[in-house]
Amino acid sequence: MGRTIVEKIFDRHRIDTPGRDVHVIRLDVVACHEITTPIAINDLVARGKDRVFDPDRIKAVIDHVTPAKDSKTATQGKILREWARRHNIRDFFDIGRNGVCHALFPEKGFIRPGYTAIMGDSHTCTYGAFGAFAAGVGTTDLEVGILKGVCAFRTPETLRIDIAGDLAPGVYAKDVILSVIARIGVNGATNKVIEFGGPVVAAMSMEERMTLCNMAIEAGGTCGICAPDATTVDYLWAFIQDDYRDKTAALAAFTEYGPDDDAPYADVIHHDVSGLEPLATFGHKPDQVKPVREMTHQKVDQVYIGSCTNGRIEDLRVAAAVLKEHTIAPTVRGIVSPATPKIFRQALAEGLIEIFMRAGFCVTNPTCGACLGMSNGVLAEGEVCAATTNRNFNGRMGIGGMVHLVSPATAAASAIAGHLSPSNHQPEQGA
Amino acid sequence: MKTFSGNVLFLDRSDINTDEIIPAKYLTEITKEALGPHLLEDLCLEGFTPGKSTQDKQVVISRTNFGCGSSREHAPWAFEVNGIHVVIAESFARIFRQNMFNGGMLAVELPPDTIADLFNRFAGRATRLETDFAQSIFTFTADEKVFTVPFELSNFDRALVEAGGWVEYADANY
Repeated sequence: MGRTIVEKIFDRHRIDTPGRDVHVIRLDVVACHEITTPIAINDLVARGKDRVFDPDRIKAVIDHVTPAKDSKTATQGKILREWARRHNIRDFFDIGRNGVCHALFPEKGFIRPGYTAIMGDSHTCTYGAFGAFAAGVGTTDLEVGILKGVCAFRTPETLRIDIAGDLAPGVYAKDVILSVIARIGVNGATNKVIEFGGPVVAAMSMEERMTLCNMAIEAGGTCGICAPDATTVDYLWAFIQDDYRDKTAALAAFTEYGPDDDAPYADVIHHDVSGLEPLATFGHKPDQVKPVREMTHQKVDQVYIGSCTNGRIEDLRVAAAVLKEHTIAPTVRGIVSPATPKIFRQALAEGLIEIFMRAGFCVTNPTCGACLGMSNGVLAEGEVCAATTNRNFNGRMGIGGMVHLVSPATAAASAIAGHLSPSNHQPEQGA
Repeated sequence: MKTFSGNVLFLDRSDINTDEIIPAKYLTEITKEALGPHLLEDLCLEGFTPGKSTQDKQVVISRTNFGCGSSREHAPWAFEVNGIHVVIAESFARIFRQNMFNGGMLAVELPPDTIADLFNRFAGRATRLETDFAQSIFTFTADEKVFTVPFELSNFDRALVEAGGWVEYADANY
């Protein structure tokens, strides 16, 4: 019997099976941010167990509220910062070097094919784009991860989504994942890993695969996952070139983590994206999705481009291409947050920041900020935001506010129009 | 071990999410106790009044995909500090369910028919649950009505509850 990607990873990391259906696995990465980690740290201190299993396998960042907005968030940052120092956690990213965790850690090469990772953040599923098993967990799982380097999971079945067809111009990975969530529902992958495959995924960049995997949790998925391939090797090469003779050797090692031909899937869904249009959510659940074309009556007060879903350089390029030589509607507040300092610097070098600013956008530092209404960009009651983020729950960006999840192209076009609008921009050939 | 008996709050909707249970703006708190007053603050549901409907309730019963969304353990903690140590639903989001057991609390799935039956018989009435953890039996009582429902727990989930949570279990075993 063949094995799925996640079964192969579990087989190499399992240290215990404390129940018929439960696997305790070793962790290669335990990632921490300042919102969910401080309570774990305080609890470890209170228990007299202020230790870490391996400082090199712990990664930490202050990203949700940065710069700190008040005394409480300053205290959260302080707890994480002092903990990272006293345990010699070298990969700790504070202000000036910090960025949205799920953009920053992959960019640093911390996530590799076959790895296991947890973080006290539901969008940890993003890292599956690298052929890793990565799951969002609560603070208690995080605490045990920090202390022992292990985590328990029930047997994750795999839901295979085979994506085929030709994406129309103006349709992006974000539209693809919104269409998948609309199809299977917010509960469609609960307790399952979603394996994204097929020709469309094979042709996607790592950034696009991260956008897909990022929203696996919005369908209840434990993790999104993509089989590692040459694209994965190219992305990671700078970090792994000392470990492998050449890219062919790296690819051979990584493809061991591909699914077997006879891998057992809970279900296989063939998802044809030919004819797919730019999509937007319309309610408070991420599976409530319609073509943007049908929602152009909806005025928007704010447009937010950023987050772990769509704050990467490719996203900023797409949005800037739409915004170039345009200004946003006077009724719209445009906010763009490059997800990491590297992305910010690259956007500056490519002239993208200039395009955003000329169009009338406010450019913020890298932060999770507006996505969950924690620091900047909070909506007032009755206000509407077109956002490239991942969650449209009631009150998510501010009580009484409405969030429409869209792609960066749709967000930019909506900012210009003043209402939800698909992008008419035709990407250059080969772009 | 925590106590798993008490008065029942019925929440008649699927997909009740973590942001409704505890909005993100309260994630700046660094004690569980500070979450207490904000439990279910953003839940818009007919007949439900945040702050009032949860008073003197120790049990929640809901529909499918309870606790979907964020990984925040603040959601189970908000229940815990309000004395609610057991949530019963048709199904749970994975992380919320695990967080409940990791804290030594119960997130128990019952079949759709049983959940529908509980809503039909008891929703809108002052209902009390007695939990026999050892025998895996729920006994619901309202007025003179008594209704007994067996439930299933895996050995691992049971061990977590008996240990007081995952930190205690992991510390003893790994």
